Amino acid sequence: MSPFHHFMKRVVITGMGIYSVIGKNLGEVKESLSMGRSGVVLDPVRKEMGFRSALTGMVERPQLKGILDRRMRVGMAVQGEYAYIATLEALKGAGIDQDFLDRNEVGILYGNDSSAVPVVESVDILREKKDTMMIGSGYIFQSMNSTVSMNLSVIFRLRGINFTVAGACASGSHAIGLGYLLIKQGLQDIIICGGAQEINPESTASFDALNAFSTRESDPTRASRPFDRDRDGLVPSGGAASVILESYESAMTRGANILGEVVGYGFSSNGEHISLPNVEGPRKAMQMALKDSGMDPGDMDYINAHATSTLAGDSNEAQAIDDVFGKTKPPVSSTKSMTGHEMWMGGASEVVYSMLMMQHSFIAPNINFEQPDEVTSRLNIIPATTPAEIHAFLSNSFGFGGTNSALVIRRFSR
Amino acid sequence: MQNDEIINKINQLLIEEIEIDEEQIRQDADLKRDLGIDSLDFVDLFVIIENNFGFKMKAEEMTDVTTLQDFYSYVIKRVNPN
Repeated sequence: MSPFHHFMKRVVITGMGIYSVIGKNLGEVKESLSMGRSGVVLDPVRKEMGFRSALTGMVERPQLKGILDRRMRVGMAVQGEYAYIATLEALKGAGIDQDFLDRNEVGILYGNDSSAVPVVESVDILREKKDTMMIGSGYIFQSMNSTVSMNLSVIFRLRGINFTVAGACASGSHAIGLGYLLIKQGLQDIIICGGAQEINPESTASFDALNAFSTRESDPTRASRPFDRDRDGLVPSGGAASVILESYESAMTRGANILGEVVGYGFSSNGEHISLPNVEGPRKAMQMALKDSGMDPGDMDYINAHATSTLAGDSNEAQAIDDVFGKTKPPVSSTKSMTGHEMWMGGASEVVYSMLMMQHSFIAPNINFEQPDEVTSRLNIIPATTPAEIHAFLSNSFGFGGTNSALVIRRFSR
Repeated sequence: MQNDEIINKINQLLIEEIEIDEEQIRQDADLKRDLGIDSLDFVDLFVIIENNFGFKMKAEEMTDVTTLQDFYSYVIKRVNPN
């Protein structure tokens, strides 16, 4: 443990919210996780457009008319709407209302790495009308990657740190990691952290072009099968997840209900291929997170794997997990087997999923895990819902460009 | 298009597209102060007016437009120049 450790603040989680393809609030999601329910469907629109795979996670768009005024809505893309609903739930759970937000400095760090539809639509208008003035006022605020943090900070009148973390499929995890570091350093007391991911063909077409998606279109709910021998690619998905990170002192002062404690953040960059993951980078991130937490591999009761259901990615992560946890073989599952790959959102949502497991004493299944391959057979992968007391867990998230993030979270105890 | 048709159409667009409360629609209402139409809403009004009346609003022609009556008059003048 660092000699300066006692000068650092403890960072706790006091609220969570989720809007996902397996449920539109914590209760629904907990139910889906314990039932092993998939949110993957076949989207016929994608087939017509020329997608190689029309599989996707799907959730209806929130209806915010009547809840938010027009000016607050017109600048918000769909992932911002998901994030608004998730953040409302998280703030409510944390016991934070608008009056508190108006009187205290609260920040936002949100993971997001695309906003395709507003870009496409606004340029379509320009091409047709040949006049930028016909684009209107909303698209600029919808089309920037920072669309989620910029809109939520205005809606909730936030006056703390405010920006978006774009780290590909590790965005949401890095957002939580950075929020943890800022609070730990004493620079902020409360930060809304999370991740958001748009669901639409426009944002995933160029990804589909990489042959990375599962084509098991005849059987959508069995298409995402992380670690399984017969996995054939990922299924894109989306939604949003928020967690309220807070210094222990602030939570105590408010009398807030403490749900868990963030104790470790590890990160690394592979420094290799733009899309092919490796073993060393993820291993380094996990080791760094463990070291930061002051805990041993054997202290982890659960690992929420990044595993997206791609051949190379799952294999390399399995190898990395085995390198770090091979002695104790903690239970491992990838909730992407149910949700699909929530990309920019995944690092945050998977913290929420794992927190729900910790709260309700179960490990959610890695559905569709039927046969391991040579490498994945080294892990203790949980194929069916299993009762378990989770005192601490590690959550992995990796992204294009070789960005890696690992978070260690444990039950709170004084 | 008759003047009263134009006025009704503007009112309808303000209520439906800009989401201004119907009770606030009065001839002497100040666009900014009373109706809360800010610079971003003007950008959207530009689109709404062109799509519904077929002409492009020009910023330099809008300098004297402060009340809803001014705005009615401006649109009427552009739609019915004579």
